[in-house]
Amino acid sequence: MSVTVYVPRDAAALALGADATATAVEAEAKRRGEDVHVVRNGSRGMVWLEPLVEVQTPAGRVAYGPVAPEDVPGLFDAGFLTGGDHGLGHGPTDQMAWLKGQERLTFARVGITDPLALDDYLAHAGYRGLKQALELTPAEIVAQVTESGLRGRGGAAFPTGIKWDTVLKAEAPQKYIACNADEGDSGTFSDRMIMEGDPFALIEGMTIAGRAVGATFGYIYVRSEYPHAIRALRSAIDTAREAGWLGNDIRGSGTSFDIDVRVGAGAYICGEETSMLDSLEGKRGMIRPKPPLPAIEGLFGMPTAVNNVVSLASVPIILDRGAKYYADYGVGRSRGTLPIQLAGNLKTPGLVEKAFGVTLRELIEDYGGGTASGRPPRAVQIGGPLGAYFDESHFDLPLDYEELSENLGIVGHGGIVVFDDTVDMAEQARFAMEFCGIESCGKCTPCRVGSTRGTELIEKIMHGEDKSTNHQQLLGLLDVMENASLCALGGMAHLPVMSALRLFPEDFGLEASHVE
Amino acid sequence: MWNEIRGLREGVDYGTPPRQGQPVTLTVDGVEVTVPEGSSVMLAAVEAGRAVPKLCATDMLESFGSCRVCLVEVEGRRGFPASCTLMVAPGMEVRTQSERLTQLRKGVMELYLSDFPEAEIADGWSEFHRTLDDIGIKTHGYGTGRVHFDLPVDDSNPYFLFDPAKCIVCSRCVRACEEVQGTFALTIQGRGFDSKVAASQDDPFMQSECVSCGACIQACPSHALVEKSLFSGGYERA
Ligand SMILES: Cc1cc2nc3c(=O)[nH]c(=O)nc-3n(C[C@H](O)[C@H](O)[C@H](O)COP(=O)(O)O)c2cc1C
Ligand code: SF4
Ligand code: SF4
Ligand code: FES
Repeated sequence: MSVTVYVPRDAAALALGADATATAVEAEAKRRGEDVHVVRNGSRGMVWLEPLVEVQTPAGRVAYGPVAPEDVPGLFDAGFLTGGDHGLGHGPTDQMAWLKGQERLTFARVGITDPLALDDYLAHAGYRGLKQALELTPAEIVAQVTESGLRGRGGAAFPTGIKWDTVLKAEAPQKYIACNADEGDSGTFSDRMIMEGDPFALIEGMTIAGRAVGATFGYIYVRSEYPHAIRALRSAIDTAREAGWLGNDIRGSGTSFDIDVRVGAGAYICGEETSMLDSLEGKRGMIRPKPPLPAIEGLFGMPTAVNNVVSLASVPIILDRGAKYYADYGVGRSRGTLPIQLAGNLKTPGLVEKAFGVTLRELIEDYGGGTASGRPPRAVQIGGPLGAYFDESHFDLPLDYEELSENLGIVGHGGIVVFDDTVDMAEQARFAMEFCGIESCGKCTPCRVGSTRGTELIEKIMHGEDKSTNHQQLLGLLDVMENASLCALGGMAHLPVMSALRLFPEDFGLEASHVE
Repeated sequence: MWNEIRGLREGVDYGTPPRQGQPVTLTVDGVEVTVPEGSSVMLAAVEAGRAVPKLCATDMLESFGSCRVCLVEVEGRRGFPASCTLMVAPGMEVRTQSERLTQLRKGVMELYLSDFPEAEIADGWSEFHRTLDDIGIKTHGYGTGRVHFDLPVDDSNPYFLFDPAKCIVCSRCVRACEEVQGTFALTIQGRGFDSKVAASQDDPFMQSECVSCGACIQACPSHALVEKSLFSGGYERA
């Protein structure tokens, strides 16, 4: 009887040598005359254990990792094909503490299935959401998504159902779904893991979105740095189309929808939705003033639902299990779950999907395992390069949109980057401004000139030049950037800088009283 | 000529092109005004006699929303929308003046000044200089930093010259070339602070696709693109 061995195809696992490990497993099996079938799955999200090899045993899947090619003969010797003990063994995968406490709704299949096998997808509740949706009217689908409380996971946290309602009600000869897979935030990888590890979920979510708003075509705008995701998507789209899950008259329902993958141009600003639409139209990505909202006048001037990968990939389970099932997770106005990406100076970083309300401390200490350096954590940045920093006094904050915003921060795309006590927060603030300057599209003056002036002012403060004058000038500048910029790049650059100034004035050589 | 074609009052720049549509009534600083649907708040403000400062907008061109000095406040709305890209709505209550708006506009003008030759501030008579007067600011607090003053003057064209030191990157010339002349000879090259006006593939104007129509000269608010005839003794950079 053939034994199934899983070796991830996720880019993080590949970077850590998963291909060589997979080859070694196949070669060793052949040498020993064992009947082994290697499946290249997505990643379970335990990045520090990659390549994480799993064996399917009668008692369930058993995990070993990180497995280097030279570990493979020893694993065979230890009888890993039947779940035998080995120094790299972690026991049954789904009993591992790191995974067990998670609430995986959007990531339910990631790491479990063969991402490119449609039959595997169908065997794991795949396309059940679309089947439900095909029985509902567009307005009923929109109502389900609204009731689920799902908010945009790309960063702006706008209610998805309300956005869809606007597109549904707009009258036009053509409408579009535009999936934002530019994933530019530092320390984030949940979009990539979905696209590589469960591409059909995104395809299904987009198809449901198409039916909900009356769009017959969708684009996925993927950053060029994600070649594996691009390949996985293209392959899954072809498979879905051949099986009648995409194209004209999907499964005899009368609904038509198709998808094309477009590769981004390598600019952070192309992740901003209006700039992304320009780029999709083949132009240089520049910010368009809103209004008009893309939902009314989007791609090629037509009503367009622009949504993040995770937002769209969360839709199938909402339609399958019902709005209430999803909304029962979470707290306050932050409903459902968030795939949180733990990165930076952590022992055990990776992807943790939890209901909103999980505390930073649980994430950093329990899941993240504390810092990799063993030194005390000093700062965490939440929500990408334009997110605020927090210090340890905030570690008991629950992760939820409103709580973070009350504490002058953002959830953003759910990326958390941890720094230990060797971090220089003045340098971090300087870098935030420099980043804004490098990525600025240059259209509006507060960001075009302001980001460069901000970098210069922080440098002057760091060098001890006219500290208090330059500090005052910086505060005025951040106010102008926040309130006068055309888009959120310039408009949010104050978050990392102000939080660093407020919480770590000593790093700037400023008195705390100055900064209050 | 433009004013005749568009049926606008002589000598008044409404900031954005006129629209046709159902009448919409709103108030600007308490003054009631009725304009066609699809008009900008900026145009309504001019109509109400409450013009707001502007740099990147002019009624020859579609609005662009880049200079951010035309910010206003709207009752019941958070933030400070740009009046050139904001459309009028029935019953809208717009404020064009407040301490907060002045503070933000000064802040934006300070950024322009930080990259504008100091010696060119005092005697200028361009729209940019008038805007500095209107907002009431002549200096900035940024000290020394990166500037565009070292970019060379392009005087290759016999009729006009381009001095990048005085360019405020408002894109009016680029859009005039495109929208008024239909030539596409100009672009903004680079991103962020490096953004600059370039003719064709960053060629001298004379070697570019420029047809010397003068649309960009007329559009330029800061005399960065300017007729040579204004300088009898030849152009000297301050
Ligand atoms: C500078 C900037 C970069 C952004 N980058 C991304 C991105 O990489 N991916 C993304 O989904 N949204 C990004 N956004 C947010 C998008 O503008 C938009 O809100 C989002 O794609 C909408 O989808 P959602 O409602 O599903 O989140 C960015 C916004 C800004 C201002
Ligand atoms: S804030 Fe920056 S990125 Fe956004 S429009 Fe202005 S210049 Fe472009
Ligand atoms: S040359 Fe004049 S019109 Fe053109 S961008 Fe510069 S300031 Fe604006
Ligand atoms: S005039 Fe409105 S942004 Fe420039």
